Amino acid sequence: MFSRLGPPLTILLLAGPVFAGLAGTLLPAFGYLPALGGDTFGFGPFAELAQQTGIWRSAWMSYYTGVAAAAVSLLLVLLFVAAWAGTRAFATIQHLVSPLLSVPHAAAAFGFAFLIAPSGVLSRLASPWLTGWERPPDVIIVNDGAALSLIAGLVVKEVPFLLLVTLAALPQVPVERTRKITALLGYGRIAGFIYASWPQIYRQIRLAVLAVIAFSASVVDVAAILGPTLPGTLAVRLAGWMNDPEISMRFLASAGALLQLGVAVAAILTWIALEKTLGPLVQVMAQAGYSLRRDRWLRLAVLWLMALAAGIVFAGLGALAIWSVAGLWQFPDALPDSVTLKSWMRAAPRIAGPLLTTCIVAVCATAIAVALAMMCLVREDATGKRATRFALPLIYLPLVVPQVAFLFGLQLLFILSGTVASLPALIFAHVVFVLPYVFLSLSDPWRAFDKRYEAVAAGLGKSRSTMLWRIRAPMLLRAILTAAAVGFAVSIGQYLPTLLVGAGRLPTITTEAVALASGGNRRVIGVYAFLQMLLPLAGFAVATLVPALLFRRFRAMRA
Amino acid sequence: MNDKGLRLDDIRISLGGTQLLSITHTIEPGDVLTVMGPSGSGKSTLLAFIGGFLDPAFEASGSVFIDGEDLTSIASEDRHVGILFQDPLLFPHMTVGGNLTFAIPSSVRGRALRRDIACRALEGVELAGYEDRDPDTLSGGQKARVALARVLIAEPRALLLDEPFSKLDAALRQQMRDLVFSKARQNGLPTLLVTHDEADAAAAGGTVIQLGN
Repeated sequence: MFSRLGPPLTILLLAGPVFAGLAGTLLPAFGYLPALGGDTFGFGPFAELAQQTGIWRSAWMSYYTGVAAAAVSLLLVLLFVAAWAGTRAFATIQHLVSPLLSVPHAAAAFGFAFLIAPSGVLSRLASPWLTGWERPPDVIIVNDGAALSLIAGLVVKEVPFLLLVTLAALPQVPVERTRKITALLGYGRIAGFIYASWPQIYRQIRLAVLAVIAFSASVVDVAAILGPTLPGTLAVRLAGWMNDPEISMRFLASAGALLQLGVAVAAILTWIALEKTLGPLVQVMAQAGYSLRRDRWLRLAVLWLMALAAGIVFAGLGALAIWSVAGLWQFPDALPDSVTLKSWMRAAPRIAGPLLTTCIVAVCATAIAVALAMMCLVREDATGKRATRFALPLIYLPLVVPQVAFLFGLQLLFILSGTVASLPALIFAHVVFVLPYVFLSLSDPWRAFDKRYEAVAAGLGKSRSTMLWRIRAPMLLRAILTAAAVGFAVSIGQYLPTLLVGAGRLPTITTEAVALASGGNRRVIGVYAFLQMLLPLAGFAVATLVPALLFRRFRAMRA
Repeated sequence: MNDKGLRLDDIRISLGGTQLLSITHTIEPGDVLTVMGPSGSGKSTLLAFIGGFLDPAFEASGSVFIDGEDLTSIASEDRHVGILFQDPLLFPHMTVGGNLTFAIPSSVRGRALRRDIACRALEGVELAGYEDRDPDTLSGGQKARVALARVLIAEPRALLLDEPFSKLDAALRQQMRDLVFSKARQNGLPTLLVTHDEADAAAAGGTVIQLGN
């Protein structure tokens, strides 16, 4: 059957580019790239890398950004789930936070910058009545040298991700029963959860946490918008070298990419060391009966922090929207003097092309990813095997290996094969990052499907394909479209793959938006970032509306 | 030897080396064989084996014949063995009529004809005029009757019943038993019932096999 091809194709698509790309990065890093005259192995590129000003500072910042962003996000999610799981407040925040997952990183980062900048919305709201500022204060908040705004910007975006991953793991752990038992034993809600339930949950979300570390340590777009400058984080500087028209920079960039890989590995190793110390420490506290009975203050603090994290993103998106239609907007006015569509009209002719590219690539990459994910899942049913132990790390591979480290080598392969900056190559590169999310999003509802429906249909003499297309796919339509919307959103948000594989000749909304960051024209940025956030929302709207309309007559299909 | 009916020939099913059941029996057309046993005794795996959807985790040997034809190695959908579970499992995205027309063999051609057959099948379970209803709006007893009509309309060669009455309330349960067994008899279907309810076995009225404890 056709689905037989699913798993090998998927593994090839996920692991192939990562390993081929790593090889394409590794060889030039040691000076070997015959096409550019490098035909001897040596450490020349590394020596050159070491001489770049502030390179160690860049690497150090990337390293601690990765660890700090993951630690803060996970701590927030852990405490929130511990304190509030199963309550009304939990459900409310969960509904508030979920849509944030689909907001592209760049759009969220712009929104965050528009809020917290010295001339940003927060400062305006507090001026001059509270601060006395008539002009924006002369302090550096965004792009601060300690990368604090970068870490904060990453945290507000990683919290929704880790929360959703944790929510997916919760049903497999008897949280509510365990909570009652620990409560009877006299433990506070948070302490009881951390001692009894968390270890099992953490085991399931660990790969996702490692992905967050690797991502935060090597992110380019968010760091270009919020991160330090002169020197920037390692990934941002790398992206600059990779895009340098001076072709000999490739050796330097490759060496830098390896350094980036080392930084990500170091961040992950640090994390593992943290796990090894904190895990036993928590057990010691549990054995000592440290029960943290009066945890009300902590529970309330966590609730407010979560609401704040979600609120910041929403407020930032609001700020983007307002800036995109702002006329004259002087400091410290809280709102613009007038509203105008001038920014939109002026941007429209230049936006049409990138918008089309964005949509074509996103639709094609998503369609391919959904088809492959379904083929894998169909195959899994047919063989009755869940190749989880082997396959799950593979699925996470493109998420855990820093994009910069292998995309650069992948770009080289596209250049050498003459396919760089072609639509198929760009779609292929997007599939690598879209597929893991589509698979992770679709696999749970797919596996939860009641197999007895298949037995019934087989008993009625229906073939496997009839069963798939007339019964299972329609019944799972909502889940399939939701997975597609997730994939669509992921594709829209891709910055580095688009920049490198598109070689600057296939601009999308995202690459254009990030390119505008240094210019600082808030009205134009507002237009691009607003569009960038609107597209994924449109995807989710379709995923909700289509099944609702199609199955409006059927009550059981609405749940 | 009479070839008619459902013949279970030296069927053995085991899990991880432990034998769950071993059975040899022939069910004549219109007869019911009841297999009883506590949960975990493997009685549902017997149905899964006959239906061709046994989980690969189980090891099974032996053969299943219907009217002399060996089913053991042919695909599940080519066996034409209808099955009813505890839950009616009506397809939630199709109308009641849609559930039935879907089940009619594809050799029956013509929209109007297929719809007509579905309407008559609904009349046969006292649900005339229900064809355009959303299955989710039916009562439990009505759903069970639609499920019965659906399995019969597919013209199965044998019927497997996996505790189909256990989720109905007491009054309905007896009605449903009478209906299912009389339909099976009318259609001359060899029927295999697995249950843990003595009353089911009594109503079925055929041979009873008790599985190990």
